Formats: sequence, C-alpha cells, structure tokens
Amino acid sequence: MTFGRLAHRSNVLWIAALVHRLSGIALAIFLPLHFLTLGLAIDGEARLERFLRWSDAPLVKLAEGGLVFLLLVHMLGGVRLLVLENLDWRDEQKELATIAAALSAVAAFIFLARVL
Amino acid sequence: MNVRLYVLQRATAALMAPLVLVHVAVIFYATRQGLTAADILSRTRGSVLWASVYGLFVVAVAIHGSIGVRNILAEWSPMSERHAGIFAIILGCCLLALGLRAVAAVTLP
Repeated sequence: MTFGRLAHRSNVLWIAALVHRLSGIALAIFLPLHFLTLGLAIDGEARLERFLRWSDAPLVKLAEGGLVFLLLVHMLGGVRLLVLENLDWRDEQKELATIAAALSAVAAFIFLARVL
Repeated sequence: MNVRLYVLQRATAALMAPLVLVHVAVIFYATRQGLTAADILSRTRGSVLWASVYGLFVVAVAIHGSIGVRNILAEWSPMSERHAGIFAIILGCCLLALGLRAVAAVTLP
C-alpha cells in the first residue's frame, strides 16, 4: 500500500521537481552569505582579498563547484517549468529534465577542473 | 499562492534566466587565473553597466526567492500561510538590503 502511494517518487519528473525545490532552498540560504562576502569590499579591498585567499582552500572550491551546479540546475529546471507552462506540451519532459541536470553537472565539473 | 505572486515569481524567473547565464560566464572568466579582489574591483568599480545588471539581478532574486520560500514553508512546514508570508517579506527585505549593499560595495567608485 505504502509502496503504491510512493511509487511516483521514482518518476524522473517528480525527482526534477524535488531537485528544483531543494536547490532553491540551498540558494536562498547561500545568498545572504554571498552578499555579506561581497559587502566586505565596502571596508576596502584588503578585507575582500583576505576572504578570497581563505576561499582558495580545496574544500571551499569544492563547495563553490556545488553552488555552480545548484545555480544552473535551478535555472534550467525553472526554464523547463516556464516552457511547460507557457508553450505547447512536449513529450520529451523527462529528457529535458535529465539534460538540465547533466548540463549543470558538466558545467560544475569544468568549473572544478579549472579552479582545483 | 495567489495569481499576483505566481505572475511575479514566473516573471522574475524569466528575467533571471539570462542573468544567471551572464553570472556563470563571469564566474568562469573571473576564475580563469585565480580570483583576486583587485581584479574584481578593477572591473566593477565605477561601472554603471555592472551596477545596473547586478542591481536588477538582486531585485529579481529578492522577489523570486522570498516567494519560493513562502510557498515551501506554506506547503512543507506547519506554518500558516499568513506566517509564511510574513517570514517571506522579512527574507525578501533582507535579501534586497544585503544584495544592494553588496552591489554598492563592488561598483561604487
């Protein structure tokens, strides 16, 4: 019975909706920190520079790669929703969702390959 | 979610999609040879273009993010719609204030 009620959770489009929502939450948590970091420049270049040197640590770079992934997967997932809501129905919804995730992952890996 | 919030969230999403692409392109460009404060600020300080682009981005993200968080709180938490709305307004104001402060910090000469 429980399995029947939860069966939709293995559907690619349900996972895409969940990823869209969770990536949105993560970005909403990250954004104030990102703004505070950039705001360091208000007290002069040196404070921002000190933070940037701290952010050279590999773990921070890894987290930045994750943020690039979250930003792109949220944006592409949002574009998929806008297409779905405003244009004619397309049968390739699952493929579009998979392509959005794949493109985001590729961009995040390219970012990591450049900065690590 | 009422129609006004729905339209605002979709409109800001449509506005931000190209801005996100620009932002990611800037991230890739800026990190090509290591990121320094001097490099960032030399590009952005005194630039009306960057101030306008990122100012618009901040306004859109404050609206979009706060509506999204409101919807999630109303659907996934025990919070009532009214309380979720109040939380979202506070979050949106914080994002707007912090975001515009950040834009000012990197673009004002």
